[in-house]
Amino acid sequence: MSRVISALVCGLIFGAGLLISGMTETQKVQGFLDITGAWDPSLAVVMAAALAVTFLGFVLARRQAAPVFVARALWPNRHDIDAPLVAGAAMFGIGWGLIGFCPGPAIADLSTGAPAVILFVVAMAVGMAGNNLMRRRNTPPVGKEPVLEASCG
Amino acid sequence: MASFTPISAAIGGALIGLSVALLMMLNGRQAGISGILGNFMVFQRGEWRWEIAFLVGLVGAPLLLHLAGFGLPHPVMPASWGAIIIGGLLVGFGTRWSGGCTSGHGVCGIARFSARSIAATAIFMVTAMIVVYLVRHVWGGAL
Repeated sequence: MSRVISALVCGLIFGAGLLISGMTETQKVQGFLDITGAWDPSLAVVMAAALAVTFLGFVLARRQAAPVFVARALWPNRHDIDAPLVAGAAMFGIGWGLIGFCPGPAIADLSTGAPAVILFVVAMAVGMAGNNLMRRRNTPPVGKEPVLEASCG
Repeated sequence: MASFTPISAAIGGALIGLSVALLMMLNGRQAGISGILGNFMVFQRGEWRWEIAFLVGLVGAPLLLHLAGFGLPHPVMPASWGAIIIGGLLVGFGTRWSGGCTSGHGVCGIARFSARSIAATAIFMVTAMIVVYLVRHVWGGAL
């Protein structure tokens, strides 16, 4: 139960960060991506601040004997740069540029109840499920460990 | 430099970092949003409950802040539903295939100096910049 509550609190903090930073606004994200137009560097500041705090947090996390609410931390363990990484990142970039949504802000913006946002999130979930299926077909499941995604999350 | 907002960007970014750091220190998990949603959809025992709780928090945060006087998000979406569907499919499929998104690769991964994440972030940033350039400055406008 404490794991669920701590995850809820983390989700709330993450969502607050997205809203306060302005990353819930597709037009602001696209303003960052529009380097030849009226460039808005805000997203670079968001990433720099997030990276600084995350780096410190990860240093502390690695010093813990174990996380507070689970027996063992799961750190991503892959280091290879393979074709799915490159192709997937390029696909993601096309969709991100087209709409101005990456997964976090799209989900946070469900709070608007706007049909266009709901449509985007449903399409995104279908895309994820499609890739889940494709990879399950290609690689048989190994053991009982929760499957950790390649680099993160 | 139309609407550079460095202070709110720094505060918001620090909160995102705090969330990522806390999820690792408390629950031992990486706060990559595409990973959380994508893994939630396969209902792994012992995992899906915290995953849905995190996602509920993500949606709930703007609503709670709205009660405290903040404006709700007001994303500008393309008029074309076809474009929205294609964009959503690309973001969903692509982030799962590459194993992370802006949070998973861009924040968690780069903070660990992961070569995979640095490569992925460079690729999706440059690709997105090219797409925005084409849409705004070559095709001249909104979708």
